[in-house]
Amino acid sequence: MSRTAAAFLALSTVRMATPLILAALGGLYSERSGVVNVALEGMMLAGAFTAAVVTHLTGSPWLGLAAALAAGLAVALVHAVAAVTCGADQVVSGLAINVLFLGLPPLLSGALFASTGETPPLARAELLPRAPVVAAFALVPATAWVLRRTRFGLRLRAAGENPAAAAAAGLSVARLRYAAVLLSGALAAAGGAYLSIGQASLFTRNMTAGRGFIALAALISGRWRPLPTMVACLLFGLAEAIAIQMQGAAALPAQLVQILPYAATLVVLAGLIGRSPAPRALGQPLGDDGGAPGATW
Amino acid sequence: MTAPPHPAERTARPRGLTRWTPLLAVPAAFVAAGALIAAVGDDPLATYGLLLGSALSWPDGIGYTLFYATPLVCTGLAVAVAFRAGLFNVGAEGQLIVAALAAAAVGVAGSRWAAAGWLLAPLAALAALAAITAGAAWGAMAGVLRARFGAHEVVTTILLNFIAAALAAWCTQAGLREPGDPVLESAPIAAGAHLARLGGWLPGLPARIPLNLAFPAALAAGALVYLLLWRTRWGFELRAVGASPAAAAYGGISAGRQVIVAMALSGGLAALAGINEVLGFRYRYFHGFSPGYGFTGIAVALLGRNRPAGVVAAAIFFGAMVRGGLFVGIFSDHVSRDLVMVLEGLVILFVAALRRPLARWSPGSARSAEAPPAPAPGAAADPGGGAA
Repeated sequence: MSRTAAAFLALSTVRMATPLILAALGGLYSERSGVVNVALEGMMLAGAFTAAVVTHLTGSPWLGLAAALAAGLAVALVHAVAAVTCGADQVVSGLAINVLFLGLPPLLSGALFASTGETPPLARAELLPRAPVVAAFALVPATAWVLRRTRFGLRLRAAGENPAAAAAAGLSVARLRYAAVLLSGALAAAGGAYLSIGQASLFTRNMTAGRGFIALAALISGRWRPLPTMVACLLFGLAEAIAIQMQGAAALPAQLVQILPYAATLVVLAGLIGRSPAPRALGQPLGDDGGAPGATW
Repeated sequence: MTAPPHPAERTARPRGLTRWTPLLAVPAAFVAAGALIAAVGDDPLATYGLLLGSALSWPDGIGYTLFYATPLVCTGLAVAVAFRAGLFNVGAEGQLIVAALAAAAVGVAGSRWAAAGWLLAPLAALAALAAITAGAAWGAMAGVLRARFGAHEVVTTILLNFIAAALAAWCTQAGLREPGDPVLESAPIAAGAHLARLGGWLPGLPARIPLNLAFPAALAAGALVYLLLWRTRWGFELRAVGASPAAAAYGGISAGRQVIVAMALSGGLAALAGINEVLGFRYRYFHGFSPGYGFTGIAVALLGRNRPAGVVAAAIFFGAMVRGGLFVGIFSDHVSRDLVMVLEGLVILFVAALRRPLARWSPGSARSAEAPPAPAPGAAADPGGGAA
């Protein structure tokens, strides 16, 4: 491969990996605190849609990004209430959010713009510059630092590993989990915003195409730690970048090439994981004493 | 790998008021969506009137409602069976796609080799068999990934959905398409592979309504699932593994094998939805034919509390919504048929969120939230109970 082609591939990989990293970091906060978050996909879609709409209406991608963050927080709030306060099955409530955001953006888009699900395209000047890419990668060591070296990070991990002990020590596990889930919403939404107003120039129906789940897979492959998760995201970004380049080269049929990122994710999930050390209280609703219920298995 | 959070809770005996969860969740979802409808500028009551009216008229409303319900019965059963085994099958979408493709492949082969008349006789059965095998295999893949590698089926089945869609697109493009056809669809299947419409047989039901043999077949599948899961020893073992793998292992039941078999059964059930589409309606494989049957199946299974009878009832309800949603999309000023997906998401959300509060809130009993008696030592204490 020529040097320019390799450089192009590297740049493309970084761009493809950015939304994955943002979403995966969001998921990391949530899951380290003990709340399963399969709603990353829905949060990304919410962010992508809101960013596109607000940018179209105001002309400023930064306002769009801010609105996307707000939307992500709102969606995360729903998941947090369902999962933490109501004690719902977290996988189910997460999936409910995903289904909701398969339908809600096209519905609103149809009402606002009389379209079949897309938002109006944006001009070049209205797109996000490269800053989010740098920010995403900078957030990785930042997250590692937060988790390891700050009080908040320690408390968060306590909530995820042993909520009963954390509650006994006087921490409000519920409040910690709320904070973590809200953070995940904001980050995932930022990832979605980058998709719609940073990479593309509009929102299309279901435009995340499973990236939220790929981010989740990256998180699991990275064993819930920031740096390995970033590596996994880069790997999946590479698969996507290769798929895009190969489509142009027409070496393989376009549809088969599209399978590449998903198949790569499957292989990684099957091969690399083994018994991953998940946060011990991941997925367990809180008991009445604020800690984990007696059940473990 | 993250353990699925309390699968036992998804299939636990109803305690307190949880048996009324669907009855509360659905109106709550309608109210929430009604606020949304008002926000975009339409009248919620008028919209809902249109929704229900178009779904319940005779013969078109009910005929189409049952037709749309057919694939939902199939995917609902698929998801419910997986839930009963402690698994979350989000891959019904991909499973029904490969099944539809397989059925179309057999059907198209039958039409291309029509000269070999001996093929024509059992062609529908052959196509159906191919479909069920394909769906079961696709489901089993996720089962193997889970049983052997511990990869959580929520993520793997979703990835397999995308792979199935891309694979089906390529197969259609490469082998099944008619030359010169601009649409990404297969050639028509042989006439011998068609499933008869119910319209000609039932009095009052015109033959133009696509309700076909797949519907009674789906109902029969529901009965079969009931018999299998609740009246056989194997079904008992499956449900035991789902309720508590630790207890099941203690009792000598192999969880790994049950997982693979359960996912295969689940995929085979989802395949019926593909059969309905290809052999009973369009008579070809049309890429993108499924408006999310697999995901709606999750809502159907949850609403039907993972029991076949409940699944059928919930499927008919959702079928009515699909039918009504089409009319709402056409005749409403601002609301599109995506409203149905929004309603679905809300229903799933409310069912999930209301379960535990309702379990705790049983009038007149201070110990209402107690765990049911443990089936075996080592079984997980019910998470809905109070602090240990």
